[in-house]
Amino acid sequence: MYANKFSRFMLGLYSRTTTAVCGVVQLQTAAGRSGCSWTSVCKQRTLWLQRSVSLKTRQHTEPGHTSARSASQTTVDPDEVRRFQSLASKWWDERGEFAALHAMNDLRVPFVRDNLLNVQRVRYPGKPLGGLRILDVGCGGGLLTEPLGRLGADVLGIDPVGDSISTAQLHSASDPDLRERICYRACTLEELSAEEEEQGASHFDAVVASEVVEHLADLETFAFCCSHVLKPGGSLFITTLNKTNLSYMLGIVVAEQLLRIVPSGTHDWEKFISPVELERLLESNGFSVQSVQGMLYNPVSGAWSWTNSTAINYALHAVKAGDDPHTDQPEDNTAATHS
Amino acid sequence: MHKLTRATLALNGLGRCFIAEKHVSAIKITSRGLVCAEHGDDSGKNEVYDVIISGGGLVGSAMACSLGMDPNLVGKKILLLEAGNKKVMDKVPDNYSTRVSSISPGSATFLSGIGVWDYVTQMRCKPYKKMQVWDACSDALITFDKDDLQDEMAYIVENDIIVAALTKQLDSLSDNVQVRYRSKVVKYAWPMPHQSANSIPWVKVALASGETVQTKLLIGADGPNSMVRQALGIPTVKWNYDQSAVVAVLHLSEPTENNVAWQRFLPTGPIAMLPLSDTESSLVWSTSHRLADELLELDEESFVDAINSAFWNNENQSELIETAGSLFRGALSVIMPSAGSPRQLPPSVAGIGPKSRVMFPLGIGHASEYIRHRVALIGDAAHRVHPLAGQGANLGFGDVACLTRLLSQAAFDGKDLGAIQHLLEFETERQRHNLPMMAAIDLMKRLYSTNAAPAVLLRTFGLQATNMLPTLKEQIMAFASK
Repeated sequence: MYANKFSRFMLGLYSRTTTAVCGVVQLQTAAGRSGCSWTSVCKQRTLWLQRSVSLKTRQHTEPGHTSARSASQTTVDPDEVRRFQSLASKWWDERGEFAALHAMNDLRVPFVRDNLLNVQRVRYPGKPLGGLRILDVGCGGGLLTEPLGRLGADVLGIDPVGDSISTAQLHSASDPDLRERICYRACTLEELSAEEEEQGASHFDAVVASEVVEHLADLETFAFCCSHVLKPGGSLFITTLNKTNLSYMLGIVVAEQLLRIVPSGTHDWEKFISPVELERLLESNGFSVQSVQGMLYNPVSGAWSWTNSTAINYALHAVKAGDDPHTDQPEDNTAATHS
Repeated sequence: MHKLTRATLALNGLGRCFIAEKHVSAIKITSRGLVCAEHGDDSGKNEVYDVIISGGGLVGSAMACSLGMDPNLVGKKILLLEAGNKKVMDKVPDNYSTRVSSISPGSATFLSGIGVWDYVTQMRCKPYKKMQVWDACSDALITFDKDDLQDEMAYIVENDIIVAALTKQLDSLSDNVQVRYRSKVVKYAWPMPHQSANSIPWVKVALASGETVQTKLLIGADGPNSMVRQALGIPTVKWNYDQSAVVAVLHLSEPTENNVAWQRFLPTGPIAMLPLSDTESSLVWSTSHRLADELLELDEESFVDAINSAFWNNENQSELIETAGSLFRGALSVIMPSAGSPRQLPPSVAGIGPKSRVMFPLGIGHASEYIRHRVALIGDAAHRVHPLAGQGANLGFGDVACLTRLLSQAAFDGKDLGAIQHLLEFETERQRHNLPMMAAIDLMKRLYSTNAAPAVLLRTFGLQATNMLPTLKEQIMAFASK
């Protein structure tokens, strides 16, 4: 009921200016995280989304209420949105704030590519990921979306930060190959998931959430929505930070405060998640985890490398259960998910 | 709104329902979004290529073939721009051309990898199994050969033959590589390193025809006076040797096996005789401008005499060096009796090919940078060497092989082909190979252009010692044959 009140209030405040969004964010922060954080930073879509969204509390144990659940629960943390809004113009500066993220492509693009190539049967010359539809959740400026598009996949990049989406669109617009393959939308995963619901079949071959889950407010909903938009047998790729003392030291104290590799305040250690915890969460949402690999950043050379230790950064590949064509229906999906 | 989305959905099918611009117009996104959509349409007017290669000579054509053959680059738009005419060779000409290259085994492997070497061998090339380098001021000599003359050391191939073979192969790759002959570039426009909202991020190439094409990566293969390099303002370290090379096709006095490349260091510059066939060889005589002019003026008979005496004459030898050299050689052969190889004599020349005498000035140049944002220089555009070691074409093919490998990997990793990261790798790797080679060639050139006794002694000892050390020779050959 708080949610109801606040969301109406927010709609009243709805405006295109950033300051208004900040206002919304502050109100929400005041209200805490008690299930009322429904917000759409995707300003343009707020109005029509209102229709598809029912502002009820969690009902995720009940099959058949998937849309209500996926839209009423948000994965987006408003503080994070505000933080990234101020950085939106810096995405493509390869030596700037996001340099480490640019460099990470050397690991994460082959990670996604090779795991998808292992399961894909048809080969397209020069386009390793040809014929695949990939969803890039929290795409930011499109740092990972563009390489995946160049590999031949049709990629949809979504991000709740409108300015980042503008940056991403602007950057890919001049490239004719990318224009065909990539599109961006400023929306949240749960909004997309709700839409997919209406359209019937879930149709992504892979979902990529790279350096995203450590910024999310609700991982349970995230895992659920990922499963929802994926085809059966589809792959989920996650890269994130482990919740260890070492990741606090290196990820926050060293990287943010001492070396300034990433902007100060980028990460909140409380939201980091250990591979074991993430694995448990995904398994309970109908995924089977295929591999977990540690990643190590060398701040001197500015390069990433694979490592056995998942103590700081790690990458995870999970596959949605049920390769059976009969489970294609969303209802069945939900049933399978919760069985 | 909802219906609108659905309507587009129905029209375009599931796969295309998220096209950004449709959404943009449907929901009236902020003005910045619209600007971006228009901007996208704007750049669609001019064709955007993934790679444009400027210059269709030996190295540029090889680059085009190499990129066109790479499986990871299938589907990329590649364009080769050549100012001259298409060089088709239906039939191998009877007369040999004077412009020849020494193709190392490494380069031959590279050319066969891009499907060109078969065409070359079908047309004309001459392997040689041994190379003898000796000094006009002493008896010191060094020979390079592969184990018992079994393997080819290198091949002498006319440049025209290689270009014709590359052209033939490019014809068969027309799906992957576009070639535009007789298209001259009039202007290059470089992008800003960081994209700003209303600038086009690609390199723009304005052609003499008035057309403008754009590219994500421009490869400058336009020779020693590279327009790409000059337009970028990349400085070159260069000097002229105050020397010219006189080249000619030589007829030998009698047919021989002719599988040795001969090179003699005269105080005026090195003279080389490279085998073309059993009865013909190619002459590369580097010498002072004045002497070169004189050589061109000579009648044919005197020119042939001059060549023979340049290879045979001993008038520059001094007794002191001779004695010191033979003492040193004697000492070495006591330590290593089996090492070293006996001296052979070059064949004598009877005549020269008709109208084959040409001269051109010699210089050395090295671009301080091989790359810039979205640009790479290869071949003579990046580095020009003295022809004495015959390494010019090999260094260029080495550039091509390296750049192809890095671009192929970049494409397989979904990278922007013009991104600076792998271009930097290219620069580092090639400079690490090219600079020592250039320095060695230049040093050799300088060491041998004097007849001052200390330098002559030094090179006499050096050459003799090197000749006695098979491992060192093998390393020199391995480095030179890459």
